[in-house]
Amino acid sequence: MFVDFLITLVKILFIFGVTVGFFAPVLTWVERKQSAIMQDRIGANRADILGFTAFGLFHIIADALKMFTKEDFIPRGANKALHTLSPIVALIPALITFAVIPFGGVYTLFGKEVNLVISDLDVGLLFIFAVASIATYGYVIAGWSSNNNWSLLGSIRVAAQMISYEVTMGLTIIGILMVYGTMRLTEIGAIQEDFWRWGIFLQPVGFFLFFAASIAENKRIPFDAPEAESELVAGYFTEYSGLKFGMFFMAEFVEMVTIGAIVTLLFFGGWNLPFVTMDGILSMFDFLGETGANIIALLIHVGVFFAKVCFFIFFQMIVRWTLPRFRYDQIMKLGWKILLPLSLANILITGAVILALE
Amino acid sequence: MELLIFYPLAGFCVLMGLGVIISSSPINSALSLIAMMMGLAGVFVLQQAHFLAILQIIVYAGAIMVLFMFVIMLLNLKSAEEDTWSIRPQNTYVSVLTGFLALGALYKIACVISQAKLDSPAAVPDDFGTVVRVGTTLFTDFVLPFEVASILLLAAMVGAVVLAKNKID
Repeated sequence: MFVDFLITLVKILFIFGVTVGFFAPVLTWVERKQSAIMQDRIGANRADILGFTAFGLFHIIADALKMFTKEDFIPRGANKALHTLSPIVALIPALITFAVIPFGGVYTLFGKEVNLVISDLDVGLLFIFAVASIATYGYVIAGWSSNNNWSLLGSIRVAAQMISYEVTMGLTIIGILMVYGTMRLTEIGAIQEDFWRWGIFLQPVGFFLFFAASIAENKRIPFDAPEAESELVAGYFTEYSGLKFGMFFMAEFVEMVTIGAIVTLLFFGGWNLPFVTMDGILSMFDFLGETGANIIALLIHVGVFFAKVCFFIFFQMIVRWTLPRFRYDQIMKLGWKILLPLSLANILITGAVILALE
Repeated sequence: MELLIFYPLAGFCVLMGLGVIISSSPINSALSLIAMMMGLAGVFVLQQAHFLAILQIIVYAGAIMVLFMFVIMLLNLKSAEEDTWSIRPQNTYVSVLTGFLALGALYKIACVISQAKLDSPAAVPDDFGTVVRVGTTLFTDFVLPFEVASILLLAAMVGAVVLAKNKID
């Protein structure tokens, strides 16, 4: 009992450390540096300690200091309680999602089965979907409570965009469900030990639909109409400063990690290497004993998983600095008239193929 | 142990339910309703109905309430809160009537519950509340009500579109 509790605690701390402690701050630097390289600028190199700039890595510290010390401003006429609540509502769902995302398989360490997922829910896939829809409220309330017309417009855009793209996302998930026959994310990961059963081969169209919809849900360019700085100042978080703004900022980066993790898990084999099975790794490192071989397998799998996640985060950043922002009506048109029919057709074809193969 | 979680959760639901009808601003009402639905989902989880709990959050708290919020914001009820949201005199009779109807329904439910035997809970199968179980039940025993309900919803949706379209044209 106590050991189980300890293992769960270690897993939670690991996930927190990786997302909030590592990815969120480092990604702010990566995004600056990458945009600088893509736009042929020198970029983030001003913050220095005694003349050392460390490729601009000190900007992370400068950012944190600035956020902590800035005045926490609440505009006159704003709803104070909701104004404070909304960044929390925006950030927490992004973190909770990791409770059901497995970042490795099942390993036998010192005679104990360790499943590298915090909570192995029977409805894991739907859980992610449910939690993502809760995050919407953070953004919607933010604009409403700020007592600012631009904020309000941004929030209305968030709500409309979420409603539109959640439909596509839900329908894409049905395609995945039909192929794998389970909603348990650990099972979906385990099935993909076979390279030819990776989601990208079974649901190629589903991958593109899901990826587009999830970028839209995260409100990043090209879908960042809710915070369009050329139209709405900064959209729903116009009236936020200091650490509250920082939480919105962090939520976006954590969500990028979440999207990377989900795409990896559903479409790119999760923690599995192509053509390498768990048994293969175990027999190769047999000379280290059972626990030793399992530890090696664990390290390889977790490393592979996060390497894939990093790739998809990088991919999202490339998209961000390549495409211009879509106009608002274009976003709606894309969502309802192109992605939605495509996702319906995807379900139909998936069903027909499954029926034909039986 | 279960009661230790149930009572705070139930209390939270009731509190939020009161918040829905008492609070004077529409946005607070909507938020209370969302919080209440989350609390209800927690109660479902206590009953081992994980699938139902998740559906509660996705469908009600996640999808329908976002639409509610969207409409509230679009109409921007904030500026004209007083006259749009307070009880108008011509609505008083309707309010009293629905109040009595609801009270009657609650009384009926209370009667049924007080007569039910609570001392011997029915044996719950191991896979109760799982996706497989709910799906099988829905598509075998209750397939006709399920399909009828879906057609009804479709008809309602098409009807709403037709009505709205007539007004615009």
